[in-house]
Amino acid sequence: MSAILFTATWSPYATGAGIGVLVCLSFLLCNRPLGASSAYVKVAGLLEKAVDPHVEDKKEYYREIPPRVDGVLMILPGIIIGAFIAAILSGQFHLSWVPSLWSETFGDNAIVRLLAAFAGGIILAFGARWAGGCTSGHGISGTSQLSLASIVSAACFFIGGIVAAFVIFHVSGV
Amino acid sequence: MPLLTRLHENGKAQIALGLGIGIAFGFLLQKGGVTDYNVIVGQLLLENFIVVKLMLSAVIVAMIGVHLLVHFGYAELHVSPGSLGSNMIGGLIFGAGFALLGLCPGTVAGAAGTGALDALFGGIIGMLVGAGLFADFYPKIKARFLSLAPLPAGTLYGFLHLDRWVMIGIAEVVMIGILLLLTYLGW
Repeated sequence: MSAILFTATWSPYATGAGIGVLVCLSFLLCNRPLGASSAYVKVAGLLEKAVDPHVEDKKEYYREIPPRVDGVLMILPGIIIGAFIAAILSGQFHLSWVPSLWSETFGDNAIVRLLAAFAGGIILAFGARWAGGCTSGHGISGTSQLSLASIVSAACFFIGGIVAAFVIFHVSGV
Repeated sequence: MPLLTRLHENGKAQIALGLGIGIAFGFLLQKGGVTDYNVIVGQLLLENFIVVKLMLSAVIVAMIGVHLLVHFGYAELHVSPGSLGSNMIGGLIFGAGFALLGLCPGTVAGAAGTGALDALFGGIIGMLVGAGLFADFYPKIKARFLSLAPLPAGTLYGFLHLDRWVMIGIAEVVMIGILLLLTYLGW
């Protein structure tokens, strides 16, 4: 039984089912869907608040998603810690700057990859907040509730993602 | 459920629960393989179907679980009304970032935990900048886009005028069918 903790990857069906159970626990124990993207708003708000303590009075969005350390924010350090533990246990933790699939097309320059990841992160957070959720909040928790807004969002995440990936990797001609 | 309500209102317990659920979530994301840039971009290039398999399995379990919890009074639904201006435009912007970063808001944190420094110093920092930028532009985006072309119903069963449990039954059969098809095709 303990050997399974050290296995590199599990079946996507089993891990998905486990995540489904976590969504149920989140509804039961925390009275909210399991999402990740609003945690970034809270961290960004806390950073802005450190510079300007009145940021909540000035920016409407921080009154809707208050910058404070709460259960929503704690998901983020939790995910980092959980993935770290899982990677260490199976010997998959290693420091890297450039993913292999990226370097096959765009080379192994770390600065180029870092800039692309940075730009991608900005667009991703912007889109997630525009749509009101991400792959977990809309894609899993919202779709599970049969929310029409979440189903439309999740479909557009993948339509946009597939088109953009084909443009980046096949049309860009690099 | 007074006991649950007290738990929901207990800030310290919620911090601990958020951290605990986050740790379990991050652990499962790594074990499922989706904290790996190559797996996510491989899915978007339709070269593997790990993300679809994982997400459908999660929804198959959570759809039944959450609705049973709601049915027996242990949980509430959290469904917000949507619009094409919010969910479609935001979703397509999300997709562009999804492909360029090669990770999503949850899995980028997981990737950082596995040692991906581009996720940590590029992706997560970019996410924080993007969230801050969105807060700056929020009043204008809200006024111009977020209520544009409202969706006709809150839920799929409301839209199709179906009984909730009939809809759940149909959705479960369709999702399990897709998983079986993916397996049959060897994808």
